[in-house]
Formats: sequence, structure tokens, C-alpha cells
Amino acid sequence: MTALTGLSIAEARDGLKARRFSAHELAQAHLDGMAKARRLNAYITETPAIALRQAAESDARLKAGDARPLEGIPLGIKDLFCTKGTLTTAGSHILDGFKPTYESTVTANLWRDGAVMLGKTNLDEFAMGSSNMTSHHGPVLSPWRRRSGNADLVPGGSSGGSAAAVAARIAMGATGTDTGGSIRQPAAFSGIVGLKPTYGRCSRLGVVAFASSLDQPGPLARSVRDCAILLRSMAGHDPGDSTSVDTPVPDYEAAVGRGVKGLRIGVPKEYRVDGMPGEIEALWQQGVAWLEAQGATFAEISLPHTRYALPTYYIVAPAEASSNLARYDGVRYGLRVAGSSIDEMYELTRAAGFGPEVRRRVMIGTYVLSAGYYDAYYRKAQQVRALIARDSASAFETVDAILTPTAPSAAFAIGEKMDDPVAMYLNDVFTVPASLSGLPGISVPAGLSGDGLPLGLQVIGKAFDEETVIRTGAALEEAAAFNHKPDGLAA
Amino acid sequence: MSEHLLEGATGPWEMVIGLEVHAQVISQAKLFSGAATAFGSEPNTQVSPVDAAMPGMLPVINRFCVEQAVKTGLALGARINLTSIFDRKNYFYPDLPAGYQISQYKNPIVGAGTIQIDFKDRPSRTIGITRLHLEQDAGKSLHDIDPKASHVDLNRAGVALMEIVSEPDLRTPEEAGAYLRKLRSILRYIGTCDGNMEEGSLRCDANVSVRRPGAAFGTRCEIKNVNSIRYVQRAIEYEARRQIELIEAGGTVDQETRLFDAAKGETRTMRSKEEAHDYRYFPDPDLLPLVLDAAWVEGLRAALPELPDAKKARFMAEYGLSAYDAGVLVGEQVAADFYEAVARGRDPKIAANWVMVELFGALNRVGKDIADSPVSAAALGGLLDLMADGTISGRIAKDVFAAMVETGKDARAIVAEKGLVQVTDTGAIEAAIDKVMAAEAQKVAEYRSGKEKLFGYFVGQVMRAMGGKANPAVLNETLKKKLAG
Amino acid sequence: MSLDKTTVAKIARLARIRVPEADQEKLAGELSNILKFVEQLNEVDTRDVEPMTSVVATTLKMREDVVTVPGDRDAVLANAPLSEAGFFVVPKVVE
Repeated sequence: MTALTGLSIAEARDGLKARRFSAHELAQAHLDGMAKARRLNAYITETPAIALRQAAESDARLKAGDARPLEGIPLGIKDLFCTKGTLTTAGSHILDGFKPTYESTVTANLWRDGAVMLGKTNLDEFAMGSSNMTSHHGPVLSPWRRRSGNADLVPGGSSGGSAAAVAARIAMGATGTDTGGSIRQPAAFSGIVGLKPTYGRCSRLGVVAFASSLDQPGPLARSVRDCAILLRSMAGHDPGDSTSVDTPVPDYEAAVGRGVKGLRIGVPKEYRVDGMPGEIEALWQQGVAWLEAQGATFAEISLPHTRYALPTYYIVAPAEASSNLARYDGVRYGLRVAGSSIDEMYELTRAAGFGPEVRRRVMIGTYVLSAGYYDAYYRKAQQVRALIARDSASAFETVDAILTPTAPSAAFAIGEKMDDPVAMYLNDVFTVPASLSGLPGISVPAGLSGDGLPLGLQVIGKAFDEETVIRTGAALEEAAAFNHKPDGLAA
Repeated sequence: MSEHLLEGATGPWEMVIGLEVHAQVISQAKLFSGAATAFGSEPNTQVSPVDAAMPGMLPVINRFCVEQAVKTGLALGARINLTSIFDRKNYFYPDLPAGYQISQYKNPIVGAGTIQIDFKDRPSRTIGITRLHLEQDAGKSLHDIDPKASHVDLNRAGVALMEIVSEPDLRTPEEAGAYLRKLRSILRYIGTCDGNMEEGSLRCDANVSVRRPGAAFGTRCEIKNVNSIRYVQRAIEYEARRQIELIEAGGTVDQETRLFDAAKGETRTMRSKEEAHDYRYFPDPDLLPLVLDAAWVEGLRAALPELPDAKKARFMAEYGLSAYDAGVLVGEQVAADFYEAVARGRDPKIAANWVMVELFGALNRVGKDIADSPVSAAALGGLLDLMADGTISGRIAKDVFAAMVETGKDARAIVAEKGLVQVTDTGAIEAAIDKVMAAEAQKVAEYRSGKEKLFGYFVGQVMRAMGGKANPAVLNETLKKKLAG
Repeated sequence: MSLDKTTVAKIARLARIRVPEADQEKLAGELSNILKFVEQLNEVDTRDVEPMTSVVATTLKMREDVVTVPGDRDAVLANAPLSEAGFFVVPKVVE
């Protein structure tokens, strides 16, 4: 980390405007850091030529006094976003060699606002996972280490590469996607801020689809303010995405610093799960205390169907995924394994191209949609989903925001939890409900575990009320004063 | 109800037929993407990333395609469902890039309606329409370019289709043909599909079963993708007989999908149907429910053109035409309009006769559509006017018409050019009659003694002597008087 | 619900993913575990509850009938593993 790569987006924005340094210098500092931190495997594809070209354009605009909102800010882009002319893999072997001829709307928005692309960050294959261990391009290593030992740890997932890059100061910010927690959980594991917007806030056009009714692009950065800045550029109605909502994008940055005075915050009793580590419970209560001290009032609320959120999610998401991934068949792009018939070609290509977790989920998804099982599984899950959404809607009649832990544990070691897929799924227990309801949620680093690893707190808000989520997150951030940095940074 | 029963070895059988028609919607762009829909372009030149199911692509629905489906539903007298849902129909095939087709399953845009089919010699029948829904068309696979490979063109992938499903109300191949003709006529009237079966913009799958009259429905087989009305009828005929033979020999009909081999005139099983398709329908999560504004739908209803049935009834009432004649004239809207332009202010029955017999006959001969008729409605009208005002006789008019078809000139010009003006001068006619009577004294005597049939002979002789130009009415009247003595 | 190898083979066929005989047992076990986990939903009373298919409270927006995508065959075929004379090429498909 250098002076430049340690800056926040807000600080860099000021520095660039004041010409204390150039966009070129800023980009180069990050590229140098990336080279030194390759061990983390945070990037699948580095894009130095693009970065420097964009930085040069930014410098020209900065010189002309014509700076756009993200002018010169170097970002990592999760390799789930299609970037025109640049390899896009979704972390999968089946998209080997795929270079989109089009750009995702969210990344187009970022380039429109002057951002700089450092590269495509690593992720769990097709965004399915909470550890970034399922990527065809190898796992991502967290820059964090336990006090008690040297084991390589996971950064969380599926946006593990983005989280690790931001935490390791080899990206100033990054894009992620969150389907069941894939922005919030890696942010918590990696000691950074991650924000999942309301479903429909950011466009899904050009984002490789995992579960269409749940996927939502969002920012990861080292501060709430930075996430707000990124969100403002990323968000907006897109007529090319039928599920994109046409509602104005407010100045999210302005919500930072508004404080929480008079806000009513709910603590859902069902989130107090069996076997929850004491330090997480303690941190949660600490969060309550911090916010009360700043003028918020707390109430216990009930979200009765909370414990059914994970099983609901693990029916709905795989079902949608099984259909979304049917297009990966070796015909028009990506990997093709030859076959003597078309069906053999499909079967061999997909067997070779998909990793075990993807295969499991596609098969579960196929099963729960199949004849005779649709009503018992898929339809049932959609009904329970409606009840889960109803729970939040009721709760939000009496509170403005909900405070919960982000994850049930700190980061675990690479290779752990691989024996039982269901054990891995439990990482998402606190994040999945907001996904099913389509509500916005932020994870803010709030403290360290006994073993020196980051722990996050989550704030969930009403639909399209990212401002309340941001101001509450910012208040937590201020109180927590989390200044810890991972040891595993490049020098 | 049905006169057409098939005679089997063990007694009569009734055919039960339902038709599923896929009609390609007339529109500029595809149902869920902005690619073009024109037929016959170079392969893969009308494909958007959405149509090719590239990663991250999403569907956005084309309002005009929705409008076309609603108009079609209205024209079928069907219920328009103001809320409908798009579902994914999942299966693997190389011309289906996404591995699913966006279609509608339990909540289609249009519900139950009817089509009336008419016959020359028996009462009309009302055939039920079960539903109409919107769905994507697939691309095309070509299997003949290479013995070991298939070639895929996605130009057609994503074009809007209306799937129109009939109740199993049809009982004969002829009824099936009449249904298809009527449906095609309606679609062309409202401009929602051009009904071109050769180009594939109208495709028909026929569901066929047989039963003893009055018994429960038998097991049906689906005959897929028959691409002409004639073939549909033949396929149904063959399939019904196949099933009857099978049952009478002690076998049972398996529910299956079959293809029609036009060369052999037979249906055969489609290969590899060991596993039935499990389409795993579920609502498409990339889309939301389609909600239509009732006022908008009513606006479309009000703007519908006069439909074939209504036009036929009006032609019968206004122009005094027979049901059959009116039915023929309204088959194509262009023809109906042509007829009305000719009939306006003229004798409608004469106009009908000239359009149906002379014009249609000529168009057939020169291989043209009425839209490209060498004789315009105004020109034909002009010809009728010359007959009506006595300038030419009906007989001469036919010659004039032939010349009009060939040269494109109008009637008046041709008549003038060829000096065909009718002779009404009684003096000239009397003189010609006198001459003929003088030369045919014997026949005159025979006529006067009762052989009245000879009148026509005399008419012919006089007409020939006058180069066909005698005014027939004057000739007849004068001849009658003279022969009477 | 416990899945056996035959069912796994059937699902694999539907999903067009070749699962070697040797893997089927283990996969059946994993899938059965997941199904057992999600079957908790049977505890929930969902009578008269409308299935939720979208969290978005609006209805479908429609676009104008205009051709917005120019025919760019090169882009369409740019990533094709095998193409020829403007077509995608696949092993022979028999009807």
C-alpha cells in the first residue's frame, strides 16, 4: 500500500481535482500494487492498458476542469459484468475465451462518469458461493490473517476478488453482485463496506445472470461514503432491463453524515440463532449502543419466517439458475467439447465446463422445477417468499431500518466447509432474507473477532430507501472507528 | 353432427381434429429484442445479443407485438386477458439459444373465442378457439449442407409468434382446411400475420384422434409442422385411417408426435421420443406480468376493420349476393375492396359476376394477385358502364376485357380503337334479320310451326352477320316481331 | 426426499450434464442432503398465499416497434467455437 492506494475514493476525488497527483499516477500505483499482490489471486484479468488509457483521458478532463463524478478513480470489476472486448469468465471454465461485444449498463455508467478499470476481479463460479473457492481460476486469498495462525483465509463470496482487492488496497472500490449475500458477506469477512441496493435499483443488463429475481449489482469500498459515491453512478433506470425500476437516483453521498437522530431501528429476534458466536452477539449489542448514543431508538421486531429464508433461497435461486445456465452449451461462445451428437456435445461441454457447486445447483434447480415436483418445491418456495416479504413490510410499518450481524462467523480457512454444501450455505443466513424481499442492505465493518478478523454489522432498509441505510451505516462506521488493516498487504 | 364418417372394417368412425396454428406476427422488430424480422435475409444478420442468448442479455417486450395479439383475439371474438404472464419453456435444441423459449403457459393474453367456417352446400359451423398466446419463434437448423453437421441460423429466433389453439371441434379434413382458410383470411384482414405457409409465417400442427360416433375421445397424435393446407388435409386423412386400422387390428394408439412425409403422403413417428419433454414451465423472472389498459383494448376493438363475416353479411344484404358469392368475394380484403369499388353505383350482381368469373379467371391465367391486377377496379367499372349504357353488348365486353387484361388500356379506348360500338340502329338490325330470314326460309317455317328452340339459331345468325355488334335486346325484340309474322 | 442414482441420471439428462456412473452415488447423496434441508418449508402454512414471482411492484414496460439492432453478423459469430459461411456449426441433429 502506498499513500495513493490507501486513499478513499472521496479523498482521491479531492486530490485529483486539486491536482495533488494525477490519474495516471493513481492508476499506476494500483497496477504496481496488483503486481505485488498476485498471490491473493484477486484478479482474473488485469487491464493495465485500458486503465492507463482511461487515466490519460481523465487527466485531460481534470486539466480542463471538466471532471466527471468518478474521474480517474481506479476500480475492480467483478468478472460477472460483461466488459466489451475484455475477457469475461464469470469464474467459469465454460466461458473460456469469451469476449463480449457489448458492455453491461452498470459498467457503462461507471465509464460514463470517468472511472478507470484496473481489471476483472475473481468470484465464485457464476456467483454461486460464499468463499470464492469455486472459481475455475483458483480461490482468492484474503489479505487478512488470524492472530492464531498462518492459514490462508477466504475473503467471502461470491464477490471475493472484489472484496480482497479493496481490502488489500489494490482497488479503490469495486463492483460486486449480491444474490443471497455476495456483496455483504465478503465485505464483512474482508473488513470493508459492501452495499446491496434495492432489487431493480441497478440494471442487470450485461451482468451474467445467476438468479434473475435476486441478482443485484452494487459497490464495495472502504467507506460508506465511497459506496454512496459509487452507487450514485451505478444506479438508474435501464429500459433494457424489464425489472429495472424507474425512480430517480438521489445524491446518496448527501445521506452520509445525516445521522440517526429520531430513526427507529428494529432488532429482529429471530436473527438470534442457535450457536451464534458470543462475540457476534456482543458486537450486535454494541451496534445498538452506538446508534442509541447517536439518537436512534430501538425496538425488538419479529420476522417470523426468518428461519425459512435459506431453504426458500436454495429452491428459488437454483431453479432460476438452472434455466439461466441452459444457454452455456458450447454452440455460440465459450468452451465446446466435441461430441458425436448434439446431445453428447451438450452433456460433455457442460460436464467439463461447470464446477461441482454449479452442477449441484443446476441439478437441484432442474429437479425442483420438474414435473411432479414444481408445486411441492418451487411454488411452495415462492409462497414462503411472499410471507418473508410480508414480514419485512409489516416490520417497516414501525421501524425505519433493521440492524443485524452480517455473517454468523468471521472468515474461515481455505478448504474448510467444502465437505457439506449445506454448511457453506449457512454463511448467508443473515443476508438472504433481504435478498428475498428485494430490500437494500449494507455491511459495515464494526470490530474484530477474538482472532483478529473483521466482523460486520448489517443495516437493512425499506425498498428504495438506500439513504436511510447509508446514513445509519455511516453512523455505525463513525462509532466503530474501524481502522484495522489486513496484514497481508503488499508492501 | 358430422356427415363425414370413415368406414372401417368394423363399422363407422368419427375423426376428432384440433389445430394449433403458429402465426408469425407482422412487426418491424422482434418480440423481445430490437432485431429486424424481415424474411429471407443472409444468415445471422438479424440477430441481437438477446436473440443469441449471450451472457447477461435480457428481454424487453415490443408493444406493437402485444397490440397485434390483442387485435387478433378481438377479431376472433375472444376474451382479452388484461393480465397475462410470460413463462419459460425449457428444453435443449440448437435453434433455441437460451435453452428456453419465452412463452405463455397458464395465463395467456387471449382466452376463448370462435371461428365460423362456411360451406357451399351445408350449414356453417362454429369452431371454438381455446386460447391465443404470444411466444418467441426459434431459429432455423439446416441439415442438408453437410452430412456430418447441422448449420444454425438465428435470424428467426425471437420473432413474435401467436399460437392459436382450436378446440377439438373439427370433424373432417375439409373442415380443417376451411378453418385454416378462414383463420388466414381474418389474420390478413387485420394485418397481424401475412398467412404465408410456404414461407413459414403460418404453421399448423394437427391433433388427430378417432372414436366411435358418440363415444369418448380417443388417444390423439400430433402431426407437426405441415406447411400447406392441402398437406394438412392429407395428413389428417392418412393419420385417421392409420389409427383406425391400428385399432381394428387390435392395437392401441400411442400418444406421440409425428411428422408428415409429403412425398409419401404418410405420417411417421419423430425419432427419439423415448423421453417426453419435461418443459419445467415457470414464470420468467426477467419479465413482469403484462397488464393491459382496458380503454386501450377497447380502442383497438373500435379500430378493427370490417371483418370477413360482417362484410359477407353486408354484401348479402346490400348487394343481394348469395352466401356463396359473398363468401368468395370477402375471402381476401383486397378482393372485397376491389369488388365494392366496381359495384358502387352499378348493378351489384353483374359486378359480382364479372369480378368472380372474368377477373379472377384472368388473374389466374396470367398468374397475378388481385393487388397487381392489370385491370383496375375503376377500369372494370368503366367496362360495365359501357354495357349498361348500351354502347357494347355483354358478348363484346368479354372481348374488350381480354384486350384490357393484355394491354392495360381502358375499355372506352379499346372499343373506339376496334370499332366495337354496339349497333342499336333498328334499321340495320331489321335489314340483317330480313336477310337471314330470307336465307333460312325452311327454318322460319319450322319455327312458325312450333319449333321455338330455333330462336337462338336465328339470334346467332344475325349476330354473326353483324359482327357481334348488334344490341341483343333490340335484336331479340325485332326478331321476335318479324318471326311472328 | 432421498434421490437415488436413477433419478440423478434422469435429472442429469434433463440438464444435459454428463454425470459419470462413478459420481452418481455421491451426487445423489449431496442432492438428497440439500433437498432435506429445503424441505423444512413443509412446516409453513401457505394456504391462500399467492406465490411471489417478483419483488418489483410495477408492471411490464413495453418498447416501441423499431429496429434498434443493426445486423452485425461478425459480432454474432465473434465468439463461436465453430462457424461456417455465416452459420453456427454443430454436430448433425436428427429429427
